[in-house]
Amino acid sequence: MNLTDVENLAELAKLELSQEEKEQILKDMEGILGYVKQIEEVKIAEVSPDYSVHNVWREDEVIQKDFSQDSIKEQFPDSQDGFLKVKKIL
Amino acid sequence: MIDLKNLTIEKAHEGMKKGEFTCTELVDAYLKVIKEKNKELNAYLEVYKDISEQTEKAQKKFQDGSATLLTGIPFAIKDNILFEGHIASASSKILENYKATYDSTVIKKLKEAGAVIIGRTNMDEFAMGSSTQTSAYGVTRNPLDPARVPGGSSGGSAAAVAADMALVALGTETCGSVREPAAFCGLVGLKPTYGAVSRHGIIAMGNSLDQVSPFGKNVSDVEIIFNTLSKYDPEDSTSVPEDLRVSKTKTNSKKIGVPWHLFENGVEEVVMQNFKESLEKLKNSGYEIVDIKLPHSPYSLAAYYIIMPAEVSTNLSRFDGIRYGYSAEGKNLLEVYKKSRGQGFGKEARRRILLGTYVLSHGYYDAYYNKAIKIREKIKEEVMQAFQSVDLIATPTVPILPFKLGEKMDDPVAMYLCDIFSAPANLSGVPSMAIPSGKTKENLPLSIQFMASHFAENILFEVGKKFETIR
Repeated sequence: MNLTDVENLAELAKLELSQEEKEQILKDMEGILGYVKQIEEVKIAEVSPDYSVHNVWREDEVIQKDFSQDSIKEQFPDSQDGFLKVKKIL
Repeated sequence: MIDLKNLTIEKAHEGMKKGEFTCTELVDAYLKVIKEKNKELNAYLEVYKDISEQTEKAQKKFQDGSATLLTGIPFAIKDNILFEGHIASASSKILENYKATYDSTVIKKLKEAGAVIIGRTNMDEFAMGSSTQTSAYGVTRNPLDPARVPGGSSGGSAAAVAADMALVALGTETCGSVREPAAFCGLVGLKPTYGAVSRHGIIAMGNSLDQVSPFGKNVSDVEIIFNTLSKYDPEDSTSVPEDLRVSKTKTNSKKIGVPWHLFENGVEEVVMQNFKESLEKLKNSGYEIVDIKLPHSPYSLAAYYIIMPAEVSTNLSRFDGIRYGYSAEGKNLLEVYKKSRGQGFGKEARRRILLGTYVLSHGYYDAYYNKAIKIREKIKEEVMQAFQSVDLIATPTVPILPFKLGEKMDDPVAMYLCDIFSAPANLSGVPSMAIPSGKTKENLPLSIQFMASHFAENILFEVGKKFETIR
């Protein structure tokens, strides 16, 4: 991994990083990846394709929820006429 | 004067039932300690303003006879558990002013029982850490030695109970975040079976691993909380339906497996010595101790540090400065995202988001993420297989003693290794409990952990209660 890789990752993750932190992260990543790389040495012949971690789906249905529109609107960093306000996109 | 040090849920319940003290008097006793100690320890980030309303409701339950064991019991909750109308910040700047818009299921259950929720406790930011030093709101100190860390990430909850600032507390575990601080603060901490306690309304870190987990000063308190919270919840798609919550392990189980090969190296001498003494005591009480092998488990922490950041990077993408939380000014939408996230997340959160983005990115996905989930599957298989021949698995809870504040902050891998014995239970979903097993000459706490098969929490409580009488 190099500094450009860190910059690309930060771009993908939408994180603004200082130059100093990019260098620090690069160093940390080398340490962490060095540790987790040990999984390479594990030989796994076969794993059941039916992984236990899977999505659980349900039908959409209209039910009463106890949270109010107002309490959600209160959280908006910026709003106008009761609507969430964002920067111009187009 | 209520003897807080030796108070248990049952004793408090009896006291309130018999009218020896009221709910308000009990809570006031804790608030007094908070006033004295919280400034130094920083266990609580906030003591709620509606405590008197809560105690009034609890007192009424005693008057009308509807009080249950948790009625009037003072709880501390970790700052990532939603409590409607109260701030839940996950100890992050990005959620500094976030007010929960609904109750998490665990809070609903506590409210129904009439428990009194005193306040929210400090934690590692978004539960990322093992020492409560990554919080945006300062470190929490260990009540047993304020120069040392309380463990983490649920360090505030652990410190609150250990310092008699709450009778019991809720934390959350993704990999050791309750068992490790329980060990460092001399408490009992239970990580329930994955799917036992609802995750609805918990600020997620690693969804396939997270579980709400109780702290107490003894096994019985933890058991009472677990029994109240462990219920099927349709709001959590990974909550296990009641009819599937069956365990094959019989009560009065006496066979303990010890995977010695997992800790040949890296365990502090005093921890190892204490662990061996604990096993000896168990043996003398009729337990059979056998050596077991878990061939893939040495890789559990490495697999965890791929799976968890992958889930973190996905989970934390919702914090973008738009709908709630910290929002930075920017020229355009992209800049708002980048600045809000860059400034709102702390260092460890940023590090894990990037790590997760990396292991999930094109070209590395197979080598890291896919390999890690295969290893996880193997670990699950071998743990379940081990429970065919033994009833419990025992290891030291943490390989080291509580360390000094400031330590390990510059070396992420050294910090991660605190949870090396926690990972197999979280990756395989089995329950595990940490129990105090003595103290060092310097008065630092030691701890042993037991694992049992899925939904065999009762076996953990059984061995735990026995161990409390022989340690």
